Amino acid sequence: MKGNEVLAEAAIRCGCDGYFGYPITPQSEVMETLMARQPWNETGMVVLQAESEVASINMLYGAAATGKKVMTSSSSPGISLMAEGISYIAGAELPCLIINVQRGGPGLGTIQPSQADYFQAVKGGGHGDYKLIVLAPSSVQEMNDFVDLAFELSFKYRNPAMILADGAIGQMMEKVELADYKPRWTKEEVIEKNGSWATTGKPVTRKKNIVTSLEMDSGRMEQNNLRFQEKYRKMEEEEVRYEAIQCDDAEFILVAFGTSSRVCQKAVEMARAKGLKVGLLRPITLFPFPKKIIKELARKALGFLSVEMSAGQMVEDIKLSVYEAGSNARVDHFGRMGGIIPTPTEVVDALEEKFSWELSYGVKRSY
Amino acid sequence: MELKEAIKPEVKMDIQEIIKPENLVYARTPLLNDDVMHYCPGCSHGVVHKLLAELIEEMDLQDKTIGVAPVGCSVFAYNYIDIDWQEAAHGRAPAVATGIVRVNPDNFVFTYQGDGDLASIGAGEIMHACNRGENILVIFINNGIYGMTGGQMAPTTLEGMVTATTPYGRNVDLNGYPMKITNLIAQLPGTSYVTRQSVHTAASVRKCKRAIKKAIQNVLDKKGTSFVEVVSTCNSGWKLSPVDSNKWMEENMIPYYPLGDMKDSVKGEHSEN
Repeated sequence: MKGNEVLAEAAIRCGCDGYFGYPITPQSEVMETLMARQPWNETGMVVLQAESEVASINMLYGAAATGKKVMTSSSSPGISLMAEGISYIAGAELPCLIINVQRGGPGLGTIQPSQADYFQAVKGGGHGDYKLIVLAPSSVQEMNDFVDLAFELSFKYRNPAMILADGAIGQMMEKVELADYKPRWTKEEVIEKNGSWATTGKPVTRKKNIVTSLEMDSGRMEQNNLRFQEKYRKMEEEEVRYEAIQCDDAEFILVAFGTSSRVCQKAVEMARAKGLKVGLLRPITLFPFPKKIIKELARKALGFLSVEMSAGQMVEDIKLSVYEAGSNARVDHFGRMGGIIPTPTEVVDALEEKFSWELSYGVKRSY
Repeated sequence: MELKEAIKPEVKMDIQEIIKPENLVYARTPLLNDDVMHYCPGCSHGVVHKLLAELIEEMDLQDKTIGVAPVGCSVFAYNYIDIDWQEAAHGRAPAVATGIVRVNPDNFVFTYQGDGDLASIGAGEIMHACNRGENILVIFINNGIYGMTGGQMAPTTLEGMVTATTPYGRNVDLNGYPMKITNLIAQLPGTSYVTRQSVHTAASVRKCKRAIKKAIQNVLDKKGTSFVEVVSTCNSGWKLSPVDSNKWMEENMIPYYPLGDMKDSVKGEHSEN
């Protein structure tokens, strides 16, 4: 199945209550699949085509605030339009799922795959201090698995979660093992799980629930912010996910997520065949970022090469982690832009070129 | 004083008599919370809040109602009525309400929006929500001005009207024309009941309450979107006393925004007057 179609199928199967979206390439198949599947007949899931991304993110806000499992999907320019709404959702602490099947930018850019929305996804993207839980699938199977995982984490922390895919994963066809059906939460279950904050209709037995990100009292607004920061710290402690491939003896670590991590997997094989001790670290959660493992690897690795389909965004987080480790392992970046996917050969060539000093002397270069 | 004499009841009751529950003639609905309202004296918001709270109580809808507050003076509507509320981004209340009602079709959902919120930044969302015939009630407070941000021009500001951003009066060549958005809404097949009311006299308050009641009933009957515009005063923004504001509204706003029902139908049936 196609990555985008799997997102739709996974949503229905995980007991999602509603999808609100607006067509944009390269992810339109998500809503098209949902509309063709007519889940309202099967599970009762609602699917609605909104008049704009601005409307769809606000529909998501409204539906999420009632304590139900709801989602939207879009691609880069559409996510920019949603940025205000995402900030409101984070500020009101609402769980929901936002999918970005990235395309190349800036502006209208291209419909080809890109990873240039990394900053937008992991640093907030809209206004104010907030973070999303960001999951980066690198296969169609993970497109399936991460829908349920994203909902789980999002409700655990009452925080919006994002699946940051790209046009290649969205359009790619692979074999996939679909999840079993989970029933949608009943009204009673929604109230039991989320009744302390969700707008489910006020019974006489409880105080009214108000969902808002507004707080005019600066002291209280700062307390809200401190609470959010505490939540993000807890995510950093408990929710980091990554995959380390042949990192144990590696002198050089490729760091890549999503589509570029697949390219790097091949690059590791090619480099190993040449006798280079190269490993791959694939962050699965981009926020929380796998700092700890990078710090550990930085103790003995000579260098890190961040391979991204962008001008170099995640490389900054790797540099920060290596700096925090007090290591002088060198961190560099190789990337392609404009919708171009790098080849494994390009990655190996870049590694040899950028780390020629370390490769010659076999030690870390001190500055 | 003469006035006191005039309202003196025919039957004389002492205070112990008057406070007996069976002699109660009027009480504030318990759905209006005790918080002191932040609205200026003379503002129409307080009256419309009261009508909504009374109707939600009378129609026994407290546990079914979800209100959506806008950005504008009524951003704090959620402080005053004892129901579940969501605060929406500026102009997006109809989209937020759509999200709520689509996944909770058995709840009674309403938006409460001003003219800047509904007719300017949110013009797209209100058109599409009404066009889809979302089962919601929209309360539209039209006072021809941005109250909260300090009295700037709204889409509904009258020609020649002085505001903070039209200090020499609204010039239609520069700023376009006062927008009769409710008339546009009435054209949309998704709407069922579209009406324009006011709350500046005792009679108009009673009429407005009847209109909102009918609008709520239509939503409960799933007839489509019900839309109640309330032509309102903003004495602070208009720089007039509350009494003069009512007079100014009668002489200027109501001739341009005439009161009355524009459409009374069911979603999909096209029968605007």
